[in-house]
Amino acid sequence: MTPLLEIEDLRVSFPTPTGPFDAVRGVSFSLGRERLGIVGESGSGKSLTGRSILRLLPANAALSARRLTFDGTDLLSAPTRTLRALRGSRIGLVLQDPKYSLNPVMRVGEQIAEAARIHGGVSAAEARRRALAMLEAVRIRDPERVFGLYPHEVSGGMGQRIMIAMMLVPEPDLLIADEPTSALDVTVQMQVLAILDDLVARRGMGLIFISHDLDLVSSFCDRVLVMYAGRVVEERNARDLAGATHPYTRGLLQSLPRIDDERAELPTLSRDPAWRDG
Amino acid sequence: MSGDGSVTVRDLSVRFGRGSQAVHAVRGVSFSVAPGESFGLVGESGSGKSTVLRVLAGLNQDWQGTATISGLDVASGDRRLPRIAQMVFQDPYASLHPRHTVDRTLAEPLAIHGIGDASRRVEQALMAVGLGPGFRFRYPNQLSGGQRQRVAIARALMLEPSVLLLDEPTSALDVSVQAEILNLLHRLRRERGLTMLLVSHNLAVIAHMCDRLAVMNRGAIVEEMAVAALRRGEPREAYTRQLLLASLGYDRAVAASMVSYD
Ligand SMILES: Nc1ncnc2c1ncn2[C@@H]1O[C@H](COP(=O)(O)OP(=O)(O)OP(=O)(O)O)[C@@H](O)[C@H]1O
Ligand SMILES: Nc1ncnc2c1ncn2[C@@H]1O[C@H](COP(=O)(O)OP(=O)(O)OP(=O)(O)O)[C@@H](O)[C@H]1O
Ligand SMILES: [Mg+2]
Ligand SMILES: [Mg+2]
Repeated sequence: MTPLLEIEDLRVSFPTPTGPFDAVRGVSFSLGRERLGIVGESGSGKSLTGRSILRLLPANAALSARRLTFDGTDLLSAPTRTLRALRGSRIGLVLQDPKYSLNPVMRVGEQIAEAARIHGGVSAAEARRRALAMLEAVRIRDPERVFGLYPHEVSGGMGQRIMIAMMLVPEPDLLIADEPTSALDVTVQMQVLAILDDLVARRGMGLIFISHDLDLVSSFCDRVLVMYAGRVVEERNARDLAGATHPYTRGLLQSLPRIDDERAELPTLSRDPAWRDG
Repeated sequence: MSGDGSVTVRDLSVRFGRGSQAVHAVRGVSFSVAPGESFGLVGESGSGKSTVLRVLAGLNQDWQGTATISGLDVASGDRRLPRIAQMVFQDPYASLHPRHTVDRTLAEPLAIHGIGDASRRVEQALMAVGLGPGFRFRYPNQLSGGQRQRVAIARALMLEPSVLLLDEPTSALDVSVQAEILNLLHRLRRERGLTMLLVSHNLAVIAHMCDRLAVMNRGAIVEEMAVAALRRGEPREAYTRQLLLASLGYDRAVAASMVSYD
């Protein structure tokens, strides 16, 4: 079976007064019907990697790759029209900041209903019904009330779930979720992850899960890529993340506070210049 | 330092909206925090944690009950209150004005409160949060997320408050930067005897930073406990036990066993 997504030697750079800044430097991976985690410190290129798949990059970004294909479609050469059609129907993208990706002057329920209508042949009443069902699925209490709220009237964690609902309602084949649960309390997070888990297991959706939360990725995903300075420095089976060998991955794991641990001072990373290329 | 830094909240109630859109966001919340103590608030998303902090910071005017900081009634709008309690927001990207330099961001509270000697105070605050003088004239887009959060903490320190209200101060940050910010908050608390009210959904962060915590659900406090009891895994309430279980990592069977508590 050919993988759903294939990426080879992905590069993203930005022009700066002192020459190009290479933010993503040769990332390669393929994705099947599985849960792939991407972890790494802030600025390591996780979001840019996720956004590159839909070529949704800042205007001044230069993107290149030896290969970038989704289910047989070459995303590098595809016209913007094709990408726009894929986005929000076959490929969902939950952006890191929900408040910026929601339309501030439109009720959140209408935004989800609109996403449902992309499927075509869905009446306004049916779209509303699906939007309400999806709000309920992501454990929003009181979906009827929340349907009518504007983005500034929802809490941080509600905004994230509204984004997830909007992306799931068209039933995508690939979901790229960038820190999708960082503002959720742990019980709701677990329930939302169970929905994603079931979509992967039952419908064969492919999932790219970008997160800072190493423990969560390790327990939720199948595989993990660890990024540093635009490169993948280590790839592991998720369950085996604690056995990581790269000093950077080990440093990240050690900086986590733990419930049963009374250290007053947490170790922070001391970065080794050699990690950029090793 | 201003005031003794105690915080008391009695029967706090907050409603939003009207008619069918009405929501009783905070329902009869009471707790008190001793001077120099660090108190955590955890609980379900939408349970009213941020709203409680916003009331204490004077950002929400419409509420019932009593709330005092250092003995001053929060409802009075006393001009001394902002000098006693300051809030740090969850999102370091949204909370700094994009077109103001760090210098202007930090000097502004001084100007508003007619405090002189701005230049020296700005330098000191930057130093306190581990940023060198080289950061003073930068704009937010020239700072990393962790650096922005340091600036936000520095801004909160400008008026030398005795209480810090921290709303998810590290949830937008990576784990190494989180460790830096938690170490910084620890040090500030030790050096200045600050009282802290910390909202976080990360129980390990709460255990690391706090002495006691309250667990909220649907606008009410369901349980108050010492962090030591949390460490021993001894919560009384079913909701807290569920929270503790969920914080151990993803498990499909555990997810299926989760129930809603009303
Ligand atoms: N428009 C831009 N112009 C210049 N540099 C940029 C731009 N957008 C991103 N970058 C840089 O590219 C690098 C990678 O950014 P990216 O957003 O992918 O990081 P990330 O791993 O998602 O970090 P975080 O965990 O903080 O979200 C960073 O150093 C960032 O500063
Ligand atoms: N300005 C507002 N208008 C209407 N409703 C509001 C407003 N602010 C908050 N609410 C509602 O009050 C409730 C509590 O919100 P709050 O932001 O305090 O929750 P929270 O516990 O901080 O949640 P989270 O963990 O997701 O940040 C939610 O139901 C929210 O929709
Ligand atoms: Mg990112
Ligand atoms: Mg909140």
